[in-house]
Amino acid sequence: MADEEYILRVENIHKSFGELEVLRGVTFDVKKGETICFIGPSGTGKSTLLRCINQLNKPDDGHVWLHGEEVTNSGNRINYFRQRIGMVFQNFFLFDHLTALKNVEIALIKVRGMDPKEAREKALYELRQVGMEKWAEHYPAELSGGQAQRVSIARALAMDPDVILFDEPTSALDPELTREVLEVMKLLAEQGMTMLVVTHEMGFACSVATRIMFMEHGIIQEQGSPDQMMSDQTFERCKNFIGKVTGYGTD
Amino acid sequence: MDLIDILIEWFPYLISGIFATLGLVASALVIGVLVGLPMALGQVYGKFPVRAVVGIYVWFFRGLPVLVLLFLFYFGIFPGLGLDLPAFFVGATVLGLRGAAYQSQIFRGAIQSISEGQMIAARSLGMTRLQGIRNVILPQAVRIALPGWSNEYPNILTDSAICYAIGVAELLTRTSQIVSQTYVTMPIYLVCAGIFILLNYAGLRVLHEIEKKIEVPGFGTGAA
Amino acid sequence: METIQFISTILMPALLEGLVITIELVLITAPIGFLLGILLAVERVYGSRPVVLLCKIVVGFIKGTPLLLMLFILYFGLPSIGIVLSGFSASVVGFVMCNGAYSSEYIRGAMGSVKEGQMIAAQALGMTRMQAVRLIILPQALRRAIPGLSNEFIYLIKYSSLAYMLTVIELTGAGKLVATKYFTYTETFIVVGMLYLVLVTITTIAVMLLERKLAVPGMTTAGRSALDIL
Repeated sequence: MADEEYILRVENIHKSFGELEVLRGVTFDVKKGETICFIGPSGTGKSTLLRCINQLNKPDDGHVWLHGEEVTNSGNRINYFRQRIGMVFQNFFLFDHLTALKNVEIALIKVRGMDPKEAREKALYELRQVGMEKWAEHYPAELSGGQAQRVSIARALAMDPDVILFDEPTSALDPELTREVLEVMKLLAEQGMTMLVVTHEMGFACSVATRIMFMEHGIIQEQGSPDQMMSDQTFERCKNFIGKVTGYGTD
Repeated sequence: MDLIDILIEWFPYLISGIFATLGLVASALVIGVLVGLPMALGQVYGKFPVRAVVGIYVWFFRGLPVLVLLFLFYFGIFPGLGLDLPAFFVGATVLGLRGAAYQSQIFRGAIQSISEGQMIAARSLGMTRLQGIRNVILPQAVRIALPGWSNEYPNILTDSAICYAIGVAELLTRTSQIVSQTYVTMPIYLVCAGIFILLNYAGLRVLHEIEKKIEVPGFGTGAA
Repeated sequence: METIQFISTILMPALLEGLVITIELVLITAPIGFLLGILLAVERVYGSRPVVLLCKIVVGFIKGTPLLLMLFILYFGLPSIGIVLSGFSASVVGFVMCNGAYSSEYIRGAMGSVKEGQMIAAQALGMTRMQAVRLIILPQALRRAIPGLSNEFIYLIKYSSLAYMLTVIELTGAGKLVATKYFTYTETFIVVGMLYLVLVTITTIAVMLLERKLAVPGMTTAGRSALDIL
């Protein structure tokens, strides 16, 4: 029963790069429809954690399960799991030689084997979802950062993933552009998409997240709902950190 | 001045020479891509033995003069293998294998200039490494490499004349035949030079048109 | 073991004689070609309009014409207008033209990349235009042109083989004679090829050392690997 409730389980993930131990045993479970925000100082392994979930970085130890199936050590089946786990990157990583539309449809056609006509309709639908339908025929070089990031969200959405990983999706954007991307993400959360978001946007985390995880030194130090974070004593370290970076909660 | 008469009389000769020259260049370019592109992929994505073999190939074919390669293959290697191949075929093969050595380095540079994120994004969508190379890396690499690749055309065109040395009936060979038949030297040679310059110019125009055709915003192809 | 004896007693002595001629061709051509390259480049950047046009045509003609055809023009063509050159001289003239034309392109490109302020600053110090070119622009431009110029030098080594087509018995020619006489084409041209590879590889290493030695902080080209130079 418990297994069905959690769509994603992450257990005891360890990861080192050479001498540097980036993740030192991270464990958590994700329920369907949750939006979990990871916050914490830079260099504490938040992005590495996301990449360990879809195996773009291979964890040294630990397991990841999606719907009870093991994602770690899955061999060639990893490409199946990656279709089920979408990812949005800090620097968008749109395919530079393809239009916005083609960026969204390419994996549908080449990975899913979808009929090109059907893929096109689906891609247009997803672009509409992120408000980028008008820009379908434009190339990445012709898009603003915010527009490019919305296209890359559409690209992830098109695969109908069970969960989407957002790796600092607004860190490369100006404040105005950040807002348009966060609005799209907020909408997704409201529609019930399961999302793991590494972010420095405290406002977004507090208003949208169902859970906030504070990471430091390669482990989850504190976690709870945004309300708990505001009131609870256990969030001392986190508040301290937030106070330093944003002045939030200092009144 | 009976140059015009000579040219008219020997016109079919010149035309057949031009076609042979263009045939040499075209086969060299095609072989260059067919062999050079996989070599570039091997050099970037391959394991050490693959990289070493490609490196030695490139060193060998770029380090030897065209003339020596032609002699080696035409008089040595092919007959040694029991193959009695026409000179044109040998010339095209040598120019192609040599072109592959040069072109592989153009493609390699292009592949290496593509940011790592492109492959990461492809993998994150569930593409295999091979799918990522085919759908994402290669289409971009080809666009980036095209201007440099086009610049190989003049080199191959002028090198193709060296096939004269093994008796391929290309433009310079035909020209020499006309010279020895008519005893008119300088004007005929200059006409031949003019034709080469024209072929050079026309070919580059065609290649630049292709560059423009497949141009994508954000990929400066440098097509003027 | 017959092959080894053939190579050591018959082939190598003949090839070494040819090698000497090849090196002569290269060493005579390179400095003259270099000077011609500078001249063409400077005239194309600072010359009067007709001079610029003339240089453009000359460079375009040389680059567009196959080197072998150029050699035929010099060796078989010129006698018809009363100029008779030996095979060796015609080869040197052809190589100088070719080397000079291509080198001029690299030098011109490098001159274009020297910042405009350099010329203005030199003239502000009272230098004439020519002094500024000689003392300020060229020293910078030539440093930047080194990678291209060294490529041309290596091309020169390889293309010097075409002198054989004008009956100069240099390395390739020496090989051809032995190979034809003893009917040993594969072995002979492999050895000939190896000798070119040795020449080219030594030059490549020398070039890498030279590039490092002449590097100036702030305008250094990143170290190149041997494969980039060949």
